[in-house]
Amino acid sequence: MKKKMKLHRLVDRTDLKLLVWMTFALVSGAFVTVDVTRAEYGDVVINNYSDDVGMRPVIFPHWFHRVRFRCKVCHADLGFQLKAGGNDINMVKIIEGQYCGACHNGEIAWSVEHCNLCHSATPGTPTQVHESTLQKLVAPSDARKASGK
Amino acid sequence: MKPSRSVMFRMLVGLILGVSSWCPWAADSRQWTSLEKDGIHDQENPALQVMQPPADALRLLPPDSAGNQVNWVKALRDGYIKPRTNLYETTEVRVLDSNILMKRTAELPYVLFPHRAHTEWLDCSNCHEKLFRSKTGSTPMNMFAILQGEYCGQCHGAVAFPLTECTRCHSVPRNSAGASQPVSK
Repeated sequence: MKKKMKLHRLVDRTDLKLLVWMTFALVSGAFVTVDVTRAEYGDVVINNYSDDVGMRPVIFPHWFHRVRFRCKVCHADLGFQLKAGGNDINMVKIIEGQYCGACHNGEIAWSVEHCNLCHSATPGTPTQVHESTLQKLVAPSDARKASGK
Repeated sequence: MKPSRSVMFRMLVGLILGVSSWCPWAADSRQWTSLEKDGIHDQENPALQVMQPPADALRLLPPDSAGNQVNWVKALRDGYIKPRTNLYETTEVRVLDSNILMKRTAELPYVLFPHRAHTEWLDCSNCHEKLFRSKTGSTPMNMFAILQGEYCGQCHGAVAFPLTECTRCHSVPRNSAGASQPVSK
């Protein structure tokens, strides 16, 4: 009987240790900063013409748009190619209601006079999809250099 | 019989852990970079202050371990988000509910491709016939091409969950019950 009690105490202590560690892990997890210089997954920078005409390049946040629209709305109905930078978008087309202009017309979303909301990237940022697997696996050192780490 | 102290203690631990994993605010350690620190937004842009930071929207959505740290398929199915299916009334909204089991995976588990999860977001024309032929097994894809952004890699690794999540696609163990299921088209 005495032996059994001891065993119970031992188990209790192990459980307690486990609990302490798990609590520590949960609490510390909330304070860990992941990576301070990384764009959101799927953010696309479009710099087909912007730099040349002295505008900031465009940042297209996929996450923001897919909360509101399914992929098929832009990539099927509106004819956006899947490849970043693969669409010959310009402001004339947008004002005519093509591409971004199908929504950014003051009816579905805010209209084109709010230049800075789209043209918001640091000048010189090349056209690319940020945080892509390719960017991370193939050229992680370049990406780190570019982000100044 | 009265439960022993140890059993009671274990039950308490289970309860605490169970509750903490159920409460989204307690177990959620997801972090998103602010627009000021993400390395692509111009700090001198006056509009930076009015843009929504990713964390504001994404922390409300069901968690995932990679990409946006959001399980987008679950977010859609469980009604966390209600993204539009079409802009034009004449657009036919097509959803296909069928799975394809892909067995040419060398030594890795087989790939189960769910049409439903894909067509809830995408239209048939996004993949067929340009990226993938409709006939099962007739598209010569492989991981080298996918990792370079072709086939599945057009979206997975760019906007859908990244290519580092091997087992999300390679999900059916060889020699398992699921591996002998007939392939539907």
